[in-house]
Amino acid sequence: MAEMEVADKGGKKGPGVKKGKKLSTRVDLTPMVDLGFLLITFFMMTTTLNKPKTMEINMPYKDEIIPEEEETKIKESTALTVLLSKKHRIYYYEGMATDPETAPDVKVTGFKPEKGIRDVIIKKKNDVEELKRKGQLTAKDKATILIKPDTSSTYEDLVNILDEMAINDIRVYAIVDITDVDREFIIATEQAAGE
Amino acid sequence: MANHSMPKKSTNVDMTAMCDVAFLLLTFFMLATQFRPDEPVTVTTPNSISEIPLPDADIMLITVDPDGRIFFSIDNQKVREDLITKLDEQKGLNLTEEEKKTFIIGASVGMPFNRLKEYLGATPDQRAAMDKQAPGIPTDTIVTSERHELALWIKEARYSNPKLRITIKADGKASYPDIKKVIGTLEGWKIFKFNLITGLKAVPPGTAAYEEVMGGRKEG
Repeated sequence: MAEMEVADKGGKKGPGVKKGKKLSTRVDLTPMVDLGFLLITFFMMTTTLNKPKTMEINMPYKDEIIPEEEETKIKESTALTVLLSKKHRIYYYEGMATDPETAPDVKVTGFKPEKGIRDVIIKKKNDVEELKRKGQLTAKDKATILIKPDTSSTYEDLVNILDEMAINDIRVYAIVDITDVDREFIIATEQAAGE
Repeated sequence: MANHSMPKKSTNVDMTAMCDVAFLLLTFFMLATQFRPDEPVTVTTPNSISEIPLPDADIMLITVDPDGRIFFSIDNQKVREDLITKLDEQKGLNLTEEEKKTFIIGASVGMPFNRLKEYLGATPDQRAAMDKQAPGIPTDTIVTSERHELALWIKEARYSNPKLRITIKADGKASYPDIKKVIGTLEGWKIFKFNLITGLKAVPPGTAAYEEVMGGRKEG
């Protein structure tokens, strides 16, 4: 902008050198703007403005010294067991399969937005509400989901199912180790499906 | 008169204003940028609807890559210095000041203790190559076991900075047993509350969480 002052100083040398005075004091700022935007682009690309989001997770408190009567008891009718398996498949059944005599009705689903695990969870919640209305459950009871990831499941499955808990407002859930009985359920269901 | 002078106008535009804006933005982004050391592995985290931002300070970051290798990092350089000095003494690593410095300013580490000296003594290029082959921090099932190096890292880091919040950044393709190793270690130290780093996805409509979000917006 004011860079051309140098030319002004030597302006009055003679009649022939008047050109200098006519020179505009304006400097072409285009390259400077170019450079400015180049750097802006660079910093915009490298900056981490969107901080990563986190999901808080509370694992059930594991302690050997908790006496048995203080352990949280889950009622069979409020529970839904979800088994995470390979290829993002989900096997689920009502209750916790504590009774070895009657095998639960294991069904398979996935993380689809339509008719996936979400609908199953919503149905479970409604069922529990229904039972409360009938007086079979007390007001304190809540739908409880037991998540049992199999060794063939991935971390993504785990995050997705935990996310479903948040989406469907399930307050009581736990990540539990899978048992051999549950593995047998998966195998039996796979065989029934003809695999 | 005004109409007459129109054609004589120069095509030059005054760039000053644009220049001002450009440099204003430049300054903003320069100040907002935080240069972080490159992470040794790229991890694609799964998405969730959770909007809790990662805290700025006091973070312990346990990274799990798709192959299940475990990398460990904490943020504050002062704490890192404290940590490496203690581990150096405990494990008899014989690190030089130079090698400690490399750890202090570095990023996540995925080397067992017996290769840590070799790793920290290498040039940045060599380290990048070693990261690709790195076996990850060894784990075991019992936290007090000598072979459970991750447990020792976590324990000593928590002594160095008791306020540490523990975050796990794992790749969506990492298998559950690998994650279970990390969670199991934390449980072994009686840590039952930690954070998982996730991307952000939209709350699906027609669900309990969606109604809550919408309700909150209407009230706000």
